Amino acid sequence: MTQPLISVENLSIKFHTDEGLITAVDKISFDIAPGEVLGLVGESGSGKSVTAKALMQLNSSNTVYTDDSRITLQTDDGTIDILELKKAKELNLIRGGAISMIFQEPMASFAPAITVGKQMVEQLMLHSSMTKKEAREHAIDMLDRVGISDAARRFDQHAFEFSGGMRQRAMIAMALSTKPKLLIADEPTTALDVTIQAQVIDLMKDLVEEFGMAILFITHDLGVIAQTADRVAVMYLGELVETGSVRQVIREPAHPYTQGLLNALPKLEKLDEPLTPVPGDIPSPLERPSGCVFHTRCSQFIEGTCDASIPSVTALADGHAAACFVVDQAVRGKTEVPA
Amino acid sequence: MSTPSHISIRNLSVHYGLGHKVLGERLVVKAIDDVSLDIPKGSFFGLVGESGSGKTTLGRAILKAAPITSGHVRYNDGEAEFDIANIGKAELKDYRKRAQLIFQDPYAALSPRMTVRDIIAEPLEVMGLTSSRDETDERVREIAAKCRLNLEHLRRFPHAFSGGQRQRISIARALVCQPKFIVADESVAALDVSIQADILNLLRTLQEDMDITFLFISHDLSVVAHTCDQVAVMYLGSIVETAPSRELFSTPRHPYTKALLSAIPSLDPDDRGRAQKLEGEIPSPANVPSGCRFHTRCPIAKDNCRVDAPAWRELAPEHMVACHYADETVAAAPL
Repeated sequence: MTQPLISVENLSIKFHTDEGLITAVDKISFDIAPGEVLGLVGESGSGKSVTAKALMQLNSSNTVYTDDSRITLQTDDGTIDILELKKAKELNLIRGGAISMIFQEPMASFAPAITVGKQMVEQLMLHSSMTKKEAREHAIDMLDRVGISDAARRFDQHAFEFSGGMRQRAMIAMALSTKPKLLIADEPTTALDVTIQAQVIDLMKDLVEEFGMAILFITHDLGVIAQTADRVAVMYLGELVETGSVRQVIREPAHPYTQGLLNALPKLEKLDEPLTPVPGDIPSPLERPSGCVFHTRCSQFIEGTCDASIPSVTALADGHAAACFVVDQAVRGKTEVPA
Repeated sequence: MSTPSHISIRNLSVHYGLGHKVLGERLVVKAIDDVSLDIPKGSFFGLVGESGSGKTTLGRAILKAAPITSGHVRYNDGEAEFDIANIGKAELKDYRKRAQLIFQDPYAALSPRMTVRDIIAEPLEVMGLTSSRDETDERVREIAAKCRLNLEHLRRFPHAFSGGQRQRISIARALVCQPKFIVADESVAALDVSIQADILNLLRTLQEDMDITFLFISHDLSVVAHTCDQVAVMYLGSIVETAPSRELFSTPRHPYTKALLSAIPSLDPDDRGRAQKLEGEIPSPANVPSGCRFHTRCPIAKDNCRVDAPAWRELAPEHMVACHYADETVAAAPL
């Protein structure tokens, strides 16, 4: 296997709050290879965005990363340990340089009083040695490439003059203009209509082929994941419960939570089947359940096991793994069947 | 139609003047333009379309919460009848008890300073539907139990609840005065999938228990396909297709409906085919295209589409469509 572009090991994120130290992410590990699209799925409150922000150290100042947490990024100039970066100058190398991010709400991510073009030029001049004129040309070229017509005129407009889909395209153009190695896309299509979402997904697929960057694609929509990702990681309450290739996870979900998410999804091909919700609500991070964090909502809960100890990760197939006692027992049962 | 209409809309228009004049002519936003629609009694009626298509405005106009420029909305639940466009003040008070709205965002819809009990009881108190506090409490407990809220939670404040629980509280508040008609405006859009299914099942159960007619507004076609009996598709202030939901999703006739369906991301990772997708974005309702208003984005538009507005016609029983070439779309390859 090629060396991963970014490698996250034992990442734990806690927040200092008035109620004490809250665990948002608990010892998760994953890699993203160069040019790979990793889909990160989970409900709100599962810790997806916090994890993504940790890759750029964008979490607020009350964040605590535990000592054994490591995030390493391979760049042309060697390996960077992201969580060790302290100075603003060092952080600027990754923020917007090696790693770029696009956000859910494009209106909130552009400064409202500065033209879109000026914001694009500003970051290009920060992260490259371009002159203002070159930066302007490059920015217009990028706007044109993401399918914004009349890019030279649009360049001098403000974000409010753009429609929702166009803003998200401009956001993508801006994020890609510095040629990042890794693009973090945090729910980039959630605020858009299905028709526009389909256009943005197509655009992102084209750009992956053209630029070859890796993407961490965060979404709660499994349909979007099926259309974009190579590999999928499912998060629940700050833990990775299942990882695998997109086919493995969507066709043969192993973890009861992944199965629950798929069953809860209304499907056009199966209109006669009733919708089955995952029972209950995601618990508050202040009241993390003991043992397996999902046991309070799990349909296959084993009393005395799931609420008592934390399940370890069971490998199911090449690259497919889940953290669940039921899965573990099933796998053991297969291998240890007496002759 | 076999079942009588609960809501009957005829040539309804909602126009907003934009104030300033352009070359002597005042710009008008045609949020709803000449819409006619029947919502049968006891149905779960879906209304779908992109943002900017006028779904919300139509729901609000029915509830007399948006100004009606012209046309009629008639309400008839078997006990009372109203002409919404010309409703009087006293009648409107009665109408409010019978028609209610459930909002999209359960975080914004509930006052953070009121307890859950007070939030649910407020409509009863404002409309003077109960005579004593005990009676109010009784009604609140009854509806809370129906909406599967824990009765101990009634003393708490909304901040203590998750999105799904909050949405159940807003549903209880809308249903406490025992309305006969509910507009649910994107009521599950803000919720996680795992919770969404629960709220959809709850709405369906309540509809059957309490004999309510629902107008379910949503941009999510798979949700609508699963919950609604009948569906109307809106585009730029007008309705382009209505049909029983099974039929609409199995044999969509209007190219816009087809495009919406093909835009839903498939759950099959091997089905990454780039089905013909809709180009561009919805035009501004202040500048509606001539002829068929969809012609600017329509993959099968021909010359006459730019000039003639298509007539509203019935292609199959209860399947109505406004497209010149709706007959051909069935035979032609799917979009």
